[in-house]
Amino acid sequence: MKPFDTVTSVAAWIDEDAIDTDIIFPARFLLLLDKEGLGKHAFHERRNDPRQSTPFILDRPPYDKAEILVAAQDFGTGSSREQAVWALADFGLRCVIAESFGEIFFANCFKNGVLPVRLSPDDIAVVREAAQREELVTIDLPTQEVRLASGVVIGFEIEPYRKDALLNGLDEIGSIQRDDGADIAAFEEKQKRRAPWLYYSEEQLAHFNDLGEEILGEPTGKSG
Amino acid sequence: MTDKTEPQTLYEKVWADHVVKTYDNGTDLLYVDRHLVQEVSSPQAFKGLKQAGRPMHRPDAHISVADHAVPTQGRGHPLREGLAASQVARLYENAREYGVPYIPMQDRRHGIVHVIGPELAFTLPGVVLVCGDSHTCTHGAFGAIAFGIGASECECVFATQVLRQQRQKTMRIRLEGVRPEGVEVKDMILAVIAEIGIGGGVGHAIEYAGSAVRDLSMEQRMTLCNMSIEAGSRIGMVAPDEKTFAYLEGRPLAPKGADWEAALDYWRSLPSDPDAVFDREVVIDVSTLSPFVSWGTTPEECAPIAGTVPDPSDVEDEGRRARMQRSVEYMGLTPGMALSDLTVDRVFIGSCTNGRIEDLRQAAEVVAGRKVSPGIDAMVVPGSAAVRAQAESEGLDKIFVEAGFSWRASGCSMCVGMNDDRLTPGQRCASTSNRNFEGRQGIGGRTHLMSPPMAAAAAIAGHLVDVRSLKKGAVE
Ligand code: SF4
Repeated sequence: MKPFDTVTSVAAWIDEDAIDTDIIFPARFLLLLDKEGLGKHAFHERRNDPRQSTPFILDRPPYDKAEILVAAQDFGTGSSREQAVWALADFGLRCVIAESFGEIFFANCFKNGVLPVRLSPDDIAVVREAAQREELVTIDLPTQEVRLASGVVIGFEIEPYRKDALLNGLDEIGSIQRDDGADIAAFEEKQKRRAPWLYYSEEQLAHFNDLGEEILGEPTGKSG
Repeated sequence: MTDKTEPQTLYEKVWADHVVKTYDNGTDLLYVDRHLVQEVSSPQAFKGLKQAGRPMHRPDAHISVADHAVPTQGRGHPLREGLAASQVARLYENAREYGVPYIPMQDRRHGIVHVIGPELAFTLPGVVLVCGDSHTCTHGAFGAIAFGIGASECECVFATQVLRQQRQKTMRIRLEGVRPEGVEVKDMILAVIAEIGIGGGVGHAIEYAGSAVRDLSMEQRMTLCNMSIEAGSRIGMVAPDEKTFAYLEGRPLAPKGADWEAALDYWRSLPSDPDAVFDREVVIDVSTLSPFVSWGTTPEECAPIAGTVPDPSDVEDEGRRARMQRSVEYMGLTPGMALSDLTVDRVFIGSCTNGRIEDLRQAAEVVAGRKVSPGIDAMVVPGSAAVRAQAESEGLDKIFVEAGFSWRASGCSMCVGMNDDRLTPGQRCASTSNRNFEGRQGIGGRTHLMSPPMAAAAAIAGHLVDVRSLKKGAVE
């Protein structure tokens, strides 16, 4: 994973609550099998809305090169699809600022080198104004600051373990296997003794022996 | 097993029993007992595993099934070549390669992951269960800690069977009183979401409690827990009780013999201690509720069926007003109009929220002896093959088909529009699913969420309608 340190860029903004992950990455593109190259589908419907008079913000210079997105409340709620983060990251976004986030989206960001920053509505308004003036915004993870061209500095909170993971671009699975493998094995031994029912018997596993052999007929009735 | 003497909540007990270790920074390494694998969130996870050359830690802890992209008709034939076929094939190949049980779409055990987990008793009280799908909270109905994860976390579970997690705060939502006639569990959860908002549960594990919850069947508890994520919470739980045990006993993957007895002892120790303290408490009196329908494009944008479309200009907060304005326009509404004036083009009965046998029975009861209003395309998609078989044995399929519904094979179908079942731009749908997001059921589609009897009533009346007026035979 790409480590995150400091990002300086113009910021795009979407001043609308509850931008869910279906808006960020519509379901029909979920049929794609890879993580790569999803940026072109980010906000697909919003970018291709025939009713809009001006292009969607991420298609409008200088915001088409923005690495920072300023949103409002409840950004990334809904579906757990990590494709939403992959698409934003592929588009070039490294940081999303919002009042609040959908929880699974929030967790997914950290797995992909994207920093979600929670700020108060007042602070967001200040950053959004800077974004609208096309000023550069700096996100400094080590110091936990958002810095504006006007000299305004806004601090933000982040859990220490998440900060470390982003700064170092940690391979979490590798580190679990390396550092915690023995603990996992010990836990499993203990659990097998105290809750043996959590481990399947041969008889239970045999339930799946005939998988696919018992074919159901077509549903009856008219097809619509 | 839990030897703490201070009072604990259900969530805290199950959590404590799955902590492998606690790191210096206060996070926990949490053991995962069960992982449901579907075709949408797993290909990238398997690919990551493969690229790193890592084996799967415990293949028997997973079950894989393709539910999102599969068609709901023509199952006897191979899938037409295309993206969906590749995705389903990829899941099969990956499952084979890593030794994970894979349930094909024609199998009698097929279904939506959140419907078949409980049916097989893969879901049990007191387990930690995950899936790369946000509605994994459904399984909390059994007193499990069950939550949706992203694909990267799926990969982590494949490789290690653990996740690094922070324990959530706790919230108890007490639902008290007796539901009036016509008010379903779907209305209860929509009322919860309207009360606390789509971000209200963020950071919290919800426990649903109170007399109105104890009264619910297991299927109804699943509907309740299913939409916890729509209230912002990844986790919604109900304490296991005799109903839970009766539901599970004898199912294929349920413990047997001495194991069953030992499990029962443990499960009975799980309910929150009487003096346990929750970080937040919410109380809702269900006796004041009436049937709800959503009007907007977030699940909190819902109102009693007798209500009207609200006016965005009454809202002060800018972000909220912008969102509401967008909802009203997208949904093709005029502020002030009566919700019951909205005519529908499509009706969808199904999904992991309301695609179980009790849901179909309720809908069939409304539909029996009546006809779908002319011009409406209505469909019933059972949540699993077992639900479908049960419904057919009860003759429910005939009731639906005679009324003019299309009767389909199991899957997510028009809940998410990843197969051929989708709305076309501008179409309005009465749906028993859980998300009314823009484009959720197809580009430009307009979704109104409601209970199965309410969706069935809309199919008959041709517009959104209070099912209670229909029952009295007072349809215009
Ligand atoms: S039925 Fe809908 S909500 Fe449930 S798992 Fe399928 S797509 Fe997700």
